[in-house]
Parts: sequence; C-alpha cells; structure tokens
Amino acid sequence: MGRFVARRLLQMIPVFIGTTLLIFLMVYSLPGDPIKALFGSKAADPATVARLRHQYGLDKPLLTQYWDYLTGLFKGDFGQSFTGRPVADLMSDAFPVTIRLALLSFAIEVVLGVSLGMLTGLKRGKLVDQLVLILTLVVVSIPVFVIGFLTQFTLGMKWKLITPTVQDSMNVGQLFVPAMVLAALSLAYVTRLTRTTVVENLRADFMRTAVAKGLPRRRVLGVHLMRNSLIPVVTFLGTDLGMLMGGAIVTEGIFNVQGVGNTLFKSIQTSEGPTVVGIVTVLVLVYLVSSLVVDLLYAVLDPRIRYA
Amino acid sequence: MTTIDKTAEVPAPRAGDGKGTPLLEVRDLHVEFHTRDGVAKAVNGVNYSVDAGETLAVLGESGSGKSVTAQAIMGILDMPPGKIPQGEILFRGQDMLKMSAEERRKIRGSKIAMIFQDALSSLNPVLSVGYQLGEMFRVHQGLSKKDAKVKAIELMDRVRIPAAKERVGDYPHQFSGGMRQRIMIAMALALEPDLIIADEPTTALDVTVQAQVMDLLAELQREFNMGLILITHDLGVVADVADKIAVMYAGRIVETAPVGELYKRPAHPYTRGLLDSIPRLDQKGQELYAIKGLPPNLLSIPSGCAFNPRCPKAQDVCRTETPALLDVTERDGAALPGRRSACHFWKETIHG
Repeated sequence: MGRFVARRLLQMIPVFIGTTLLIFLMVYSLPGDPIKALFGSKAADPATVARLRHQYGLDKPLLTQYWDYLTGLFKGDFGQSFTGRPVADLMSDAFPVTIRLALLSFAIEVVLGVSLGMLTGLKRGKLVDQLVLILTLVVVSIPVFVIGFLTQFTLGMKWKLITPTVQDSMNVGQLFVPAMVLAALSLAYVTRLTRTTVVENLRADFMRTAVAKGLPRRRVLGVHLMRNSLIPVVTFLGTDLGMLMGGAIVTEGIFNVQGVGNTLFKSIQTSEGPTVVGIVTVLVLVYLVSSLVVDLLYAVLDPRIRYA
Repeated sequence: MTTIDKTAEVPAPRAGDGKGTPLLEVRDLHVEFHTRDGVAKAVNGVNYSVDAGETLAVLGESGSGKSVTAQAIMGILDMPPGKIPQGEILFRGQDMLKMSAEERRKIRGSKIAMIFQDALSSLNPVLSVGYQLGEMFRVHQGLSKKDAKVKAIELMDRVRIPAAKERVGDYPHQFSGGMRQRIMIAMALALEPDLIIADEPTTALDVTVQAQVMDLLAELQREFNMGLILITHDLGVVADVADKIAVMYAGRIVETAPVGELYKRPAHPYTRGLLDSIPRLDQKGQELYAIKGLPPNLLSIPSGCAFNPRCPKAQDVCRTETPALLDVTERDGAALPGRRSACHFWKETIHG
C-alpha cells in the first residue's frame, strides 16, 4: 500500500509539469496582447508597455518565463494578475464558492442518486423503475445549459421562487438551485449505475446465502447488497467530485456564481495568463489527488483489490 | 460384569423431539415457475422425510428438481416467478408454508441451515469470513460484535481451519476451495441447527478435498445429532454417508431405498442407468454406459412416466399411465422396508 501511494505520488510530478507547461504554452500563444488590452481604446505609451512587459517578465523567452513561474510556484507564489492583484488572492475568493457549490451538488447526487438507484434496482420493471428510467434519459440527453436556462426562467422569472441569479455567492441557500442543475447529469448517471449494480448483485449467490442465514431483510439489503453495489458507484463519485471542484463554467455563468468557473472564463477572455495557469494548476492537483483517493478507497471497499 | 458407561457417546436427545413425527416431512410438494414460455413444473409431488441424526441423500440429474425442493424447504425460492401451488413442508409437525415470513426467517439459519455448492460465490466477497460467521450470532442471538468474533474463531477451529485466530479477518478469496467450503459448513453449523441441507457441497472441490469435507460433515452431523439432506449427483459420495436415498427425475421421486439396497438391486430403470454409468476399473476398455437422450423439458414433461422416452424397458402403458411410488417387495411378497419405486415394471427391474 505504502509503495503504491509513493509510486502514484511520484507519477504526479511528470503529469503536473506536463499539464502546467501545456496550459502555459497555450495561454501565452493566444492571439492578442494582454498588456495593450489594459489600455483599452486609449493609445498605448510604448515606454509604459515596455515597463509593464518587463514587470510581468513577458519580454523573456517563453521557457524562461515558465521556469520562473514554476520556481515561484514552489515558493507558494502564484504570480500577479495583470490587474495587479495577486492570483492567490483571486483564487481565495473563488474557491470557497466553488467548494460550497461542489459539495452541495455532490451531496444531492449521492443522497438522491443512490437512493433512487436502490429503489429502482429493487423495483426492477415496476412503474417507479420505468418512470425514473425515462427521467434519467431525459436529463442525460438535454445539455446542461438548457436545463440551466429553463430552471432559471421557470423558477426565477415565471414563478419567482428564486432570484434569477445568485446575489451572494457564499450563501448556501441561494446556491441550492445552481447545485441542483450542476448535479442533474451526474445524478442521472449515479442512479443508472446504482440500479445496474443492485440488479446484478440481487442475483448473486451470496445474496441467497444471506437470506438462507435468516438475516432480516433490512440487513440483507443494507449490508450485503449495499456493500457490494456501492463499489463502482464510489469510483464514479470520486472522479465526479474532482470534476465538480473544477467549477462549472456554464452553470456558474448562467446563475452568476462567482466561483472558479466564472473566474476562469473571465480570465481566458481577457488573456489573463497568470490567473488561468494558476487556477488550472490547482485544478490539476485537485483532480490528481481525488483520483488517487478513489483508487485507495476502491481497495478499502473491495478487499480483492490489493496494491503492491 | 463389565459395565461400560456408554451414555457419553450417545448424543443427547434434543428438546421437543416428539416421537413419531419426523424432524422434517415434505408432503406432496409442487413447485412451478411461471416464465414467459409457459409454466415449468420443477417439482411435481415430492414426499420425503428426515429424522434427527439421519442422512437422506437426494440423487438426480441437473433439473430434476432436487435443488428446488431444498430451496422451497429453506424458503429461499424466488417468488415470483416461483410458486408453490400445493403441498406441505412440516418441520417438527408444523407446516412452514403457513408460517409468517418473520417466523420462517427465525427458523432459517438457526433451526434449518443450508450449505451451498460454490463457496466462493456463495460467500460475500467484501466481508471478512469472521464477520459473516459472527453475523449468525449477532442476528439470531443478539451477541455483541466482540463476542461474535470469539464465537467465529471457535467455529473455524471446529471445522479445522488452521490458524483460525489469525485468519478470522481474512476474506473468502484468500482461502483455498476446501477451506472455503469448511467456512460454509461452519456457517451452517453456527447455531447448531436441527437440520442441514447440503446442496452439492463437494461438487466444486477436487477429489481428495471432497473426502475430507464429507468426513467432516458426517462427523459433525453425528456429534450434533442433526438431520442431513444431502443433494448430489455423485453416487460415490452418497454411498459413504447416506442412510437412505431418494432418486429424483423430472420433479418426482422415482425410487427410495436404504443406501446399501439401492446399489445392490435398483428397482427403477433410471437408477439402474445411473449405476451403470459409473466408470468401473474391472470394465476397463469397454465402452461406458450412458442413459440415452436428455432430461425432459420441464415446460412439457412427457405423459405417463416422465422417463419413458429414455427407458430401455418402456412399454405402451408407460406412455399413458403415470406410475405411482409403490412399495417394493421381495419375490415372495416379504416387505422391504423403506423401498419404493415408481415404475410399472419394478418387479422385472429388481428381480429379473
């Protein structure tokens, strides 16, 4: 186990360097000059431009810039955005919002998805099962922005149950509807996945044994069925949490949630190189760690899997 | 002169052991499965009984209804599609089919336990064997987790799993096939049930391990004075441990006999066919006998005797009249206790 974790952590280094380099190169090869853009429609003073370029290190070769950035990172310095604010500052504004949103939709996904999956799995072929099946198919086949705008229009404008956009991004109550929209797709997947594994495990020999042992139905389902059925679901949920943490550009955009997705989108629009690279770097790390946790969790849940 | 106190060797009589009523009695049991293609009649009027300390072997091909009967006794049939339209299953004189689900659950595992064929798939892969064994005590006797674990270790010792204390936290896949089957046996024995149903307990094991497992099972059965229903298609296994045999074909019992008798003088052509298809050393080089044809489709069982299309002795009467399970007698009419046959021509089969 220890060796496995060590190996996985070591593997993260090349992945980390590779992804950041790639993002760095892509962002800085975008058309348009971010420094000139700072002047807006005014004519840029060449001396000032040169000074700013030097200040942000943009006059150095790209690889040197990357190297400076990496060394800065290891000192905990994410650099400065072109507006003068430290990138770390920007992120400490955006991440708490996204973490709230992500955890909220994760909770919805887990609770609703797993219970619906269990229900439909146990009632296979019955009316509930058919209804939920149709519903999940609908959700899966509709793009998220359609669901987002529809919810915003019906709940926010027609029925006025919520404000159309989120006023306070740190308010969990206001984040609930965006979280629902964000969770919808994964919720459908979790439901289907849970249903499939439940149906499969219901037929398993060990379930028959559990009944033959005279265990109460609650225990047969709650311990013997659940414990086996949740293994693939947990794997999916783990990677999904990584995705949710990456922020939801579309959902955050629709509901004006000031989270990572929104910040990232704005930064790309304004060619804010340091901000984009900084955020993506953190996201890469989050994703790497969450997939490692999933792998470890997998071994905990299924004793047949042992890492050496 | 020498008075040997033998009481220590005689198993203590079980409480509520009523004289006269057998431990388990199956009466005219019918089981059918309603499928899309029609009604499959898996069990068609089975009668058998087991006493405490007695071993009944139920013999038959796949699909003969032997496992389905056992599942009906355990109450683990999938219903639907399964259905029991007729019959009684009396446990200590009480019809289990009339009991509530909760009453039946309490009997399962504590009074009647079952050992399954494939221990690897029948044990939960993600729970430790200690947990699965301990569960019996926790659920039926309300023991704490800690006490249940101690009991689990005792059980593993009892079925002679080496280093039980160290292995109690291991998972099923970490054990060998024979050891896994011992765990299944331990689980069935946990609460010292009155009756154990073993559904082909040794089929998935290799021959040397088979013998060990059967010996262990027989020994524990003697020790606890349990009734045992041994479901198998292995005639070799039966000869060693069974007291009486019931041969099943197409959901019916076609012959019953005490174990030695059946091997010596079968009274049904199907039993004869089964015995003849055992490979024998003294007939090396000769072609092995096989019963022609296939077991019948349970959706459309042949009229008359179900065995008639495959029977070498079939006559017209076999195709029209279903033979009843009748007592078999000696040539001179002397009774042969426990022997019955469902063949129109049992006389010719046994005596000639």
